[in-house]
Amino acid sequence: MRLLTSISVTALLVASSGTSFAADDMASNMTLVSWGGAYQASQTAAYAEPYKKMHPDVTITWDESSNEAVAKLRAMNEANNVTWDLVDVVAADALRLCDEGLAMEIDPDEMLEAAPDGTSAEDDFGDLLVSDCFIPQIVYSTTFGYRTDMVPEGVSAPDDICDVFDVETYPGKRSLEKRPINNMEWALLCDGVAKDDVYDVLATPEGQQQALDKLATIKDDVIWWSAGADTPQLLADGEVFMGSTYNGRLFSAIVEQDQPIAMLWDAQVFDLDGWIIPAGLPEDRLARVKDFLRFATDTQRLADQAKYISYGPARASSAPLVGKHAELGIDMAPHMPTDPKNSKNTFLYNYEFWADYRDDIDAKFQAWLAQ
Amino acid sequence: MSDTTQELVLAADGRPLKQSLRRALLRQKLRALMLIAPLLIFVVVTFIVPIFSMLFRSVENEIVPDTLPGVTQALADWDSSTGELPNDDVFRHLYIDMFKASEAKTHTRLGSRLNYEMTGLSSLFRTTGRGLDDIGEEWQDPLEDIDPNFKDGAFWYEMMSGTDGEDLLEERRDLFATMVGESMDGDVGFIPSMQIAEMLPWTTRAYTDFAIWTAIDDEDVVAEEDPWESVYGALGMDLTNPDSVAAIQSYSGFGADALKAAVANVDQLPQTTFRAEFGKENEDWLSPEVWSTIQLYSSRMTPGYFLNAVDMQLTPDGIAEKPENQQIYKQLFMRTLVMALIITASCVVLGYPVAWLLANLPMRTASLLMILVLLPFWTSLLVRTSAWKVLLQQQGVINEILVWLGFVNDADRLILMNNATGTIIAMTHILLPFMILPLYSVMKTIQPSYLRAAKSLGATNWTAFWRVYFPQSVPGIGAGSILVFILAIGYYITPEIVGGTSGVFISNRIAYHISSSLNWGLAAALGSILLVVVLGLYWCYDRIVGIDNVKLGG
Repeated sequence: MRLLTSISVTALLVASSGTSFAADDMASNMTLVSWGGAYQASQTAAYAEPYKKMHPDVTITWDESSNEAVAKLRAMNEANNVTWDLVDVVAADALRLCDEGLAMEIDPDEMLEAAPDGTSAEDDFGDLLVSDCFIPQIVYSTTFGYRTDMVPEGVSAPDDICDVFDVETYPGKRSLEKRPINNMEWALLCDGVAKDDVYDVLATPEGQQQALDKLATIKDDVIWWSAGADTPQLLADGEVFMGSTYNGRLFSAIVEQDQPIAMLWDAQVFDLDGWIIPAGLPEDRLARVKDFLRFATDTQRLADQAKYISYGPARASSAPLVGKHAELGIDMAPHMPTDPKNSKNTFLYNYEFWADYRDDIDAKFQAWLAQ
Repeated sequence: MSDTTQELVLAADGRPLKQSLRRALLRQKLRALMLIAPLLIFVVVTFIVPIFSMLFRSVENEIVPDTLPGVTQALADWDSSTGELPNDDVFRHLYIDMFKASEAKTHTRLGSRLNYEMTGLSSLFRTTGRGLDDIGEEWQDPLEDIDPNFKDGAFWYEMMSGTDGEDLLEERRDLFATMVGESMDGDVGFIPSMQIAEMLPWTTRAYTDFAIWTAIDDEDVVAEEDPWESVYGALGMDLTNPDSVAAIQSYSGFGADALKAAVANVDQLPQTTFRAEFGKENEDWLSPEVWSTIQLYSSRMTPGYFLNAVDMQLTPDGIAEKPENQQIYKQLFMRTLVMALIITASCVVLGYPVAWLLANLPMRTASLLMILVLLPFWTSLLVRTSAWKVLLQQQGVINEILVWLGFVNDADRLILMNNATGTIIAMTHILLPFMILPLYSVMKTIQPSYLRAAKSLGATNWTAFWRVYFPQSVPGIGAGSILVFILAIGYYITPEIVGGTSGVFISNRIAYHISSSLNWGLAAALGSILLVVVLGLYWCYDRIVGIDNVKLGG
């Protein structure tokens, strides 16, 4: 393993020496924006540290502001003082940033490394390039976890999304995110709407009311969360029986903290997280960011990230390279949302739909919550 | 007073005393002003100006007329109540404006803005932006077949160029600059010809836009670049106008042959309207509702955000209430006010005895107590709120103890958080020092001898307290209440963490609109209303209690 690593590092050094002539024109520091926590740690370990080894003179500063990246970038842009160089955002935010002209457009084939077998970057990322400004890193999913010790006796463990809405068989509190996205889809699915029709139904006022009515059947049993850490904490404290959150959070509660929690993968909603480059960077900083980005989004780096966190790499070519957890030594593949066993029934976040309907449905959802 | 020519009193330097005094006073005032000037400038620049520029967003709506200048003008005459679509002229302006906007990537920004008013406009603008080239190519391909010269950027440049169209250029340049929000100054290397501009008005507009963008933003030479597809579309527009056709027939300048060939073969050009073309791109363009929304929001200032903030909306028929299932803000404002009052009241009830103890205990014990009051005050807000979460949740410390003591059945534990109760408990605790400290500083100044005097004159303990002590402590209650109430009304983090759905405040919605939905206009409107409400309450308070009766310190 050591030998392999050193060989690959040497190979990288050789490869990078070809481009290092441009180093003079590149800024020597970079501000990366991410989410903090385990996710940022995985990025540091997989991309930032190796990059710093190759370029010891570069300083990388992290800013844990991805949560409010859209608002902050807009404010920076209005003040004409963008201090960030590369920003990690979820795809929906990338779409908005692109719409608002706050993110730079990307030409994947020109700016990103091709796959080792020669597949162009654009084909390697495929459908996951949901916006012109977005370079996806990982596929994560919003899904349910439940406490294994709270399953009533004589009842099989929940394995269907509609078990969330079945408070008679599975009594106990649920935690759901305090926003309409995902909840409305799940509610419709469990109210007899076919998977392919969900968004058509949700586009109509009647469909929105139908979803809210379905949610109303469990409203008294729901604790609404707004931070990704809430559900794992609520599950760990036994406050709720089941709850939705990002699969990586549940992974660390189950595997790293050994809590009596299990996954309910059914109808998990896939979403993407990735980089955007803020619009209007000066040339030297842009050159540095491009250099880093090319490295950080290549096939090996994306596969490396999966050693530290249970999110699937966004490149098709990275999937076979996913190995074991860096510290625990367990196989990561079965914990990936994209694993065939886990992804029997999945949903892909519909970005265009929510870009249009978000404000409208959110107003109704919040009014419904306040009732 | 017999002498009418009164003699002036002179100062030592021989000037009139009055003048000399005034000058000295002025100098003093100036010196005082200079002393506070750094602070004043700091406060104005970093506080007042940003706040007002933020609040101004609640009425500002320039993005619509700036991005679609032609459309908003042409739309002014359209009567939305007829239920008919605007005429093709509006769609032509839409094409020219949108093409320009999509080159500068501002059309999606406008889409997001209008999506707040009508769901679906965001994707309407985004998808249409991608299809604009196709519309232009409908004309480009046949025009290039009719005369291959139309393929040539240099030919177009030569044909459109003149010497007398400076004004037109500057007009288009200004429109561009206001749209992108930055200066478009610089040498374009192209001046439109007025003769062509009169003959081919649409084409000249489109080509001038193209020239400005190419020269200033792309930093290319206009003559070497192929024109935008919109220029061909615009030529198509001109060729349907009989005046333009007549002018072309008698035109003999550069490119006359090509233009005449186009006129002669006009039947090869698409026989369609821009309205139909936009309808092909996205049928929502054929919905009068879309157009009435654009028309409603085409002015530079709009009351729309404020109406939204009180659950109303702008409709073609005037101002109307929002549908009931979308009303939320009035309820939130009321809840915020009521809960802030409850929190203030509980702070008074809990804080008063503590402040009394602080003021009356011996020095040593009082200091210890003071530290106990201040210790949580020095702890991070998030830590304190999270601690409340641990205490209040259903499997939390309080419920566990109650169950263990047998006061509460295990099956129905108390719901103490994720509702209004949680917010009130946690915020009362967090804001308590702001009540205790002013109370304490006022009580410290009340002479204990007054109470003793009252008692020695025969008052009971209660009478002595109520008639003698309490009235003297009222200024402290006033100060504490103002502090706590104003802090509570804008509180955000604690309700967010322990408030669930029924314990959140209006500030949580403001935060949502600032950071998530990016509807800063609505956030600013909500914030302005909150500010006005607080100022109004302050005014009432001044009238009833009197602000002079408030003491923040001894």
